[in-house]
Amino acid sequence: MNSVTTLKRKPVDLEHATPIVEFRDVSIRFDDNQVLKNITFRVMRGETRIILGPAGVGKSVLMKLANGLMMPDSGDILVFAKSLSAMTEAEMYEMRAHVGMVFQESALFDSLDVEDNVAYRLNEEHVDPTETHDRVVEVLQFVELEKAIDKFPSELSGGMRRRVSIARAIINKPDLILYDSPTGGLDPITSTTIVELVVKQRDVTHTTSLLITHRLQDAFTLATHRYDPATGHMAKIPDNGIDDSTKFLVLHEGKVVFDGTTDELVHSEDPWLREYIS
Amino acid sequence: MNFFSPEAYAKRTVASVQEYSLLSGRAVANIFSGKRYAADIWTQMDSIGVGSLPIVILTGFFTGCVLALQAAVSLKEFGAVGMTGRLVALSMVKELGPVLTGLMVSGRNASGMASEIGSMKVSEQIDAMRALGTDPIRKLVTPRLVATVVMLFFLTIISDACGTAGGALVSVVLLRLNGSTFFHTAYMSLQHGDIVGGLVKPIFSGFIIATIGCFYGMTTKGGTQGVGRATTQAVVVSSVLIILCDFLVTQLMIGIFGR
Repeated sequence: MNSVTTLKRKPVDLEHATPIVEFRDVSIRFDDNQVLKNITFRVMRGETRIILGPAGVGKSVLMKLANGLMMPDSGDILVFAKSLSAMTEAEMYEMRAHVGMVFQESALFDSLDVEDNVAYRLNEEHVDPTETHDRVVEVLQFVELEKAIDKFPSELSGGMRRRVSIARAIINKPDLILYDSPTGGLDPITSTTIVELVVKQRDVTHTTSLLITHRLQDAFTLATHRYDPATGHMAKIPDNGIDDSTKFLVLHEGKVVFDGTTDELVHSEDPWLREYIS
Repeated sequence: MNFFSPEAYAKRTVASVQEYSLLSGRAVANIFSGKRYAADIWTQMDSIGVGSLPIVILTGFFTGCVLALQAAVSLKEFGAVGMTGRLVALSMVKELGPVLTGLMVSGRNASGMASEIGSMKVSEQIDAMRALGTDPIRKLVTPRLVATVVMLFFLTIISDACGTAGGALVSVVLLRLNGSTFFHTAYMSLQHGDIVGGLVKPIFSGFIIATIGCFYGMTTKGGTQGVGRATTQAVVVSSVLIILCDFLVTQLMIGIFGR
């Protein structure tokens, strides 16, 4: 990834203390169902924020709100220190050029092959075809899927589709990556492969990211492992160490019930939280 | 048990009309500004125009055949069988060509657009497109709109020609009429207003087919069942609107050209 050639897009230039994502008292409802209630949290630069919570609590909605794919009923969302509600449609698309998103069901374009799926953003930006191809090969190597470059999504397994989706999200070196249940519906071994990719992406590029998961095991693997460039695999942090950049946000009944570090989560006294993580 | 609420239904309908108007407005505005997807327009022209050619030719041809047969029976009573060509040409160019072509293309393409875009919607591909910085209206709706309007115009001309040819064939082969007389009366009966009226209608029909098909696709909810529902609704609504629009345009043309 370090040898990736230059992009037209310039990285977002923000002061280090400025949050990359900030939710301020955000609420949204669908018909009579109040999905998110007064959600407030911040994600700082370089942070990996794991979003946990029972199914149907509004985690995917929160992720779509963070990318401006949905707008809240009340409250404000700031991405790269700019309010989404104050953005025009054109500004929104400009903002999304700095954000990579991995969807729950991969959401690959089924009429395009893997190369065109991964290269989609670069093709839209009319990047030189040779450079685009080189970059596609590079990111596919990163997700260890370069042999599938000419396959169509229907020919791929669930895990492979998820890896292509990750490659598509990171091809233009985004400043923020949103992972919507990247391990959802996968078997444990494939899930671990995907988690390893997330760890690798986190530790190699230090990109700010939000990650939804239902699997506590995946969440704690992320918090307790790091990428080892020597072996090319993730390894447990020695002495029961915890990755400082990985933090948690737990949702319950549409509200934030926990916002803090791995250590704080493990030692929380909240009865519901203790039961949830046990 | 949930009872039908007229208020909720009215609100839903108004919201849908508003949403449809916004989508149509943005699709049209995209033609004149910003990034254009020329390759997608060509692909859609091929799919909608060339792909619809067989059904349009067959429909037009056999409609002309039936018109000639029916007209000859009625005109015979008045000793005016020689006017068959006039009746076939006027009917095809003014009414049946545009309407039947619109309905056939609607059945084939409004459903195709609704199901294709609807499938993309339920599998989050539309959201993925937006997340990747592409405006789905610009990328998916505008090319279909441009392609449908342009190609329906030419398909209608082909349908008119095939219908007239079908009528001529039946007149000559089955009714033993003079082919030259058929074409002469057909040609002499057509006036400027008839041609203009017949060629304005496909522009409106094309707009209806593309925008309705894409609207139902973009608002699909509820998985594969929702895709099926969107497809059916797109065909039903676009067909009804084509006939309604035909009536209004005919009224307008009579007001302008007096026939």
